[in-house]
Amino acid sequence: MNGLFHALDPAGPQAALIAQLWWLTVAVCALVLVAVLLAFFIALRRAPRADAATPADVKPLQQAEPRTRLVVTAATIASAVLLVGLVAASAATDRALMQLPLQNALNVQVTANQWWWDVRYDDPDPSRIFATANEIYVPVGRPVIVRLRANDVIHSFWVPNLHGKKDLIPGTEGTIHFRADRAGTYHGQCAEYCGLQHAFMAFVVHAVPQEEFDRWAESQRKPAAAPSTAPQKRGHDLFMSGTCMMCHAIQGTPAQARKGPDLTHVASRERIAAGRLANTPENLASWIRDPHRHKPGVNMPAHVLAQGDLEALVAYLGALR
Amino acid sequence: MSLPAQAAATLHRTWSDPPGVRGWFSALDHKTIGRRFVIAAFGFFVAGGLLAATMRLQLAFPEMKLVGPDLYNQVFTLHGTTMMFLFAVPVMLAMAIYLVPLMIGARATAFPRMTAFAFWVYVFGGLSVYIAFFLGSGPDAGWFAYVPLSGPEYSPGKRSDFWAQLITFTEVSGLLVSIDLITTILKHRAPGMTLARMPLFVWAILVTCLMILFAMPAVMMASTMLILDRLVGTHFFNPADGGSALLWQHLFWFFGHPEVYFIFIPGLGFLSMIIATFARRPIFGYPAMVLALIATGFLSFGLWVHHMFAASIPELAKAFFTAASMMIAIPSGVQIFCWIATLWKGRLNFATPLLFVLAFFFILVLGGLTGVILASTALDLQVHDTYFVVAHLHYVLIGGAVFPLFGAFYYWYPKMTGRMMDERMGRWNFWLFFVGFNVAFYPMHHLGLAGMPRRIYTYAAESGWGPLNLLSTVGAVMVATSVLLFIVNAVKSYRHGAPAADNPWGASSLEWATSSPPPPYNFALPPVVSSREPLWVPHHPSRPPHVTGLALDTRESLVTTAIDAVPDSRDTSPDPSHWPFTAAVALSIMFIATIFTPWGLVWGSIPVTIALIGWFWPRREETERHLALEKRP
Amino acid sequence: MNSALPGILAVALVVATACEREQRRFQKPSVPPMPQAERKAAISPGQPGPGMTSVAAAGAYNERNAYEISQGKRLFRWYNCAGCHSNGGGGMGPPLMDGAWRYGSDPEQVFQTIMGGRANGMPAFQGRIPEDQAWQIVAYVRSMSGLVPNDAMAGRADTLSAGEPEMRRDPIPPLPEAGKRTVRVP
Repeated sequence: MNGLFHALDPAGPQAALIAQLWWLTVAVCALVLVAVLLAFFIALRRAPRADAATPADVKPLQQAEPRTRLVVTAATIASAVLLVGLVAASAATDRALMQLPLQNALNVQVTANQWWWDVRYDDPDPSRIFATANEIYVPVGRPVIVRLRANDVIHSFWVPNLHGKKDLIPGTEGTIHFRADRAGTYHGQCAEYCGLQHAFMAFVVHAVPQEEFDRWAESQRKPAAAPSTAPQKRGHDLFMSGTCMMCHAIQGTPAQARKGPDLTHVASRERIAAGRLANTPENLASWIRDPHRHKPGVNMPAHVLAQGDLEALVAYLGALR
Repeated sequence: MSLPAQAAATLHRTWSDPPGVRGWFSALDHKTIGRRFVIAAFGFFVAGGLLAATMRLQLAFPEMKLVGPDLYNQVFTLHGTTMMFLFAVPVMLAMAIYLVPLMIGARATAFPRMTAFAFWVYVFGGLSVYIAFFLGSGPDAGWFAYVPLSGPEYSPGKRSDFWAQLITFTEVSGLLVSIDLITTILKHRAPGMTLARMPLFVWAILVTCLMILFAMPAVMMASTMLILDRLVGTHFFNPADGGSALLWQHLFWFFGHPEVYFIFIPGLGFLSMIIATFARRPIFGYPAMVLALIATGFLSFGLWVHHMFAASIPELAKAFFTAASMMIAIPSGVQIFCWIATLWKGRLNFATPLLFVLAFFFILVLGGLTGVILASTALDLQVHDTYFVVAHLHYVLIGGAVFPLFGAFYYWYPKMTGRMMDERMGRWNFWLFFVGFNVAFYPMHHLGLAGMPRRIYTYAAESGWGPLNLLSTVGAVMVATSVLLFIVNAVKSYRHGAPAADNPWGASSLEWATSSPPPPYNFALPPVVSSREPLWVPHHPSRPPHVTGLALDTRESLVTTAIDAVPDSRDTSPDPSHWPFTAAVALSIMFIATIFTPWGLVWGSIPVTIALIGWFWPRREETERHLALEKRP
Repeated sequence: MNSALPGILAVALVVATACEREQRRFQKPSVPPMPQAERKAAISPGQPGPGMTSVAAAGAYNERNAYEISQGKRLFRWYNCAGCHSNGGGGMGPPLMDGAWRYGSDPEQVFQTIMGGRANGMPAFQGRIPEDQAWQIVAYVRSMSGLVPNDAMAGRADTLSAGEPEMRRDPIPPLPEAGKRTVRVP
């Protein structure tokens, strides 16, 4: 299937059930459309022409038209039968979607903010809980339970390759269950208008084999890499003594604020700014210098930094793998 | 049959709008109000269209910098708000205000001053939100204004307050017009026009107005609660203090879903009138058509949660709304089958009005079928809040209402102005609109499936959405050109169009039984009806052909019973008065002042009270004339 | 129609200033950071530091703008000003919603308080809070006692109730002497 139409390229059972229902419904609807248009065009072609002076046919006011009534009734009954069938198919799909087996599920908590995604991997052992941002790794073949919260306004969690969308509504906790049966990288995005940067609030789901997932999770659990080179040390000092730590956390350092994305392993992510930019040093520098150039209205402020300072900061962040 | 010249002149003087500037503000003739209302609504249509053009230009290429996110958010909010609240519903009510009294053989609506007041309130409300927009204070939280985004914390300033107050303006206007139309339809029909002989457009308006009475209070309550949250500090929508963000959605969509049927059902009424005339026969299956209208109106109240399938609502509840959302297709299907049967068995006059109406069968049916797709919870969860829904809603609203509306414009323009519109330009108008519409909106189905969400000000080139967006923009340009062509045609034909006879299309309903345009009193002698198609069937000899005995020097109407239209009593209609306009000004000042201080409600109610007292204070001379008409045993 | 006239005039006045109230400026004019020497101003009550006035005049400060004030309210919560000042009622730190301004209520003085810190425990946020954000907090703090135009003030927050929304409070003018302890609590 064309890589553009993610919803019709299911990578898991939830999206597959929906895609199946999609093709059935589209087939039925196309059939109905063709039938109606055929009747319509035939009616237009076979009717004699007239103009405003043509006398009107008022016989129908006195005489019944039994054959026509039969045809219209039959068409109505046929439509009703098809619709009831579609309702049944939809209900069956809803039921099947609720029956995803959830043994050994991975538990993830996603909290939506304007305009980024806070992702937390839960664990019964609190020391094994870790946070990341704007990306979710899941093991292939294992069900995932995602708990959904919003910190500010209503957002919507949507990964079309894997499942339909679910709104994150402040004051409530929603849930969505899915399973990725095929390894790959799946695009996700916010699907409920949430303000100035709704257009650029994307995230990504990486479905990887279980061993790779375990490796990734372990590396994410480690505290941040200590700076090794001089520029990195300078960057680390700037981060801790400047504005960055007022909003961002880097585990293993004094920076523990949770207002912005967790940056402990930021260098391991492919994109930054909720999918807006590729994670390259140039982009990172440009983002830090003026986020509003890329996402006007974001909550992250612009920074006036000397060039050397900016490079040091970027070097430090680049080491946080 | 007609009146002697002097009687006609007296009647003319009694029912005319007064002359001069003061007279312009005092006019109560339903045709005058209806005409102004249609023109105002069309003006808002053009404004909303310009906003749409701005959006399409911004989205034509990835990462365009034509408008930034803040302005874009205001533009799409105002586009939706304008089209839904200031164009689509008001224009249907406006056409009804003009046409319904003529179609039922009456001289006026039941409450002319109330309708005039409703018109002014609507105009002032629309102006208030546009003035706010041009001052940088345009609402930017979407036409549906979900909380908490539209709440006090995430929408600072007065932007969303102007939106919420616009709702108040338009809902007051809509409710009042609906009350007038329902009363007119039930009590002012010509003798002999039983409910079973009422034109299908009048049925459509009756159903629509009854729906309005039940649905609009929900959104008025919601917008009032929003204003209270924003300006007074209540917690209706504050989850942290016992409120609920989902409450807004329920209240809004309980209104919002029936609202699209306020727009769609009058369009169905237009279709029935136009198809009957241009197929030269009555619509097949009149009882089924009436029942289908009623069923659609009734069922539409059971669908609203289909806008909320992505929210945390119990699955079984959602399944109920899936079933209801699919079932509503059945009455619409009945209507479509009956129309096709009418076309099949008729003899067709392919004039411009019919062309616009025929477009419905392609566009609305496609839109209705994507609606069936969206009705399924599971499918909706993949395409909700994407351009697939944008495609669907424009297919049903433009196909189901705007195309029939343009057909109605071409059809009734001769009646309203006394001139025919240019047929050749009409065809160009139609084909440009039809092709342009499909080029603009069909690609959006694919864009939605490709994951393009709604309400985004731009998109990255890597998304792959560029080419289809560009195609859509090309279509939008074609649509804009076609609307321009319509305006040129309408303006040109006003002076240079061929003069129109009483009944240029050979139609059967009562509005065609008087001159084009009608005199202020509509009918010199109000008709008595003995058939569903009064102008096609010779009048029944056992009944009087006209109503006689109504006063010439006072605005007097005949009131008949609700079901069988048996003459019941005589009612007087008020003389022209500027108080509806004055009261609307006072009310508007109160509404706007309330945005800035709650004391606006208190102090603003004083001029409103004064205006209402002036409105209802009886006038000695008028009362004497009305008393002189009373018959004592 | 007499009582409508002040209403009409008020509306006209407010409408005329609407542009300013509703603008969203995301990219502020770039104001050069203050030189190191000027950051340590004399910690005397009521005195703005040298160079503060020019910064404010450079257009960084706007208290007529609803967006700026609402951003200030968000930052007040994010940077945990409430940790000492509660939601204006004070705690470890003095109340901010009353008429007593120990170090002055002018925007430059409040900015200096936030950036340079003050005696008895107000931390210095210079270098921690970007200057344009600090000006937003200044506008919000001044709005707490009603010193900014009412139509630009914030409404209620989407949090647990913390008193009347700023726009509903009666304004409390600053008391003439800085450092006065007796205050009127709203």
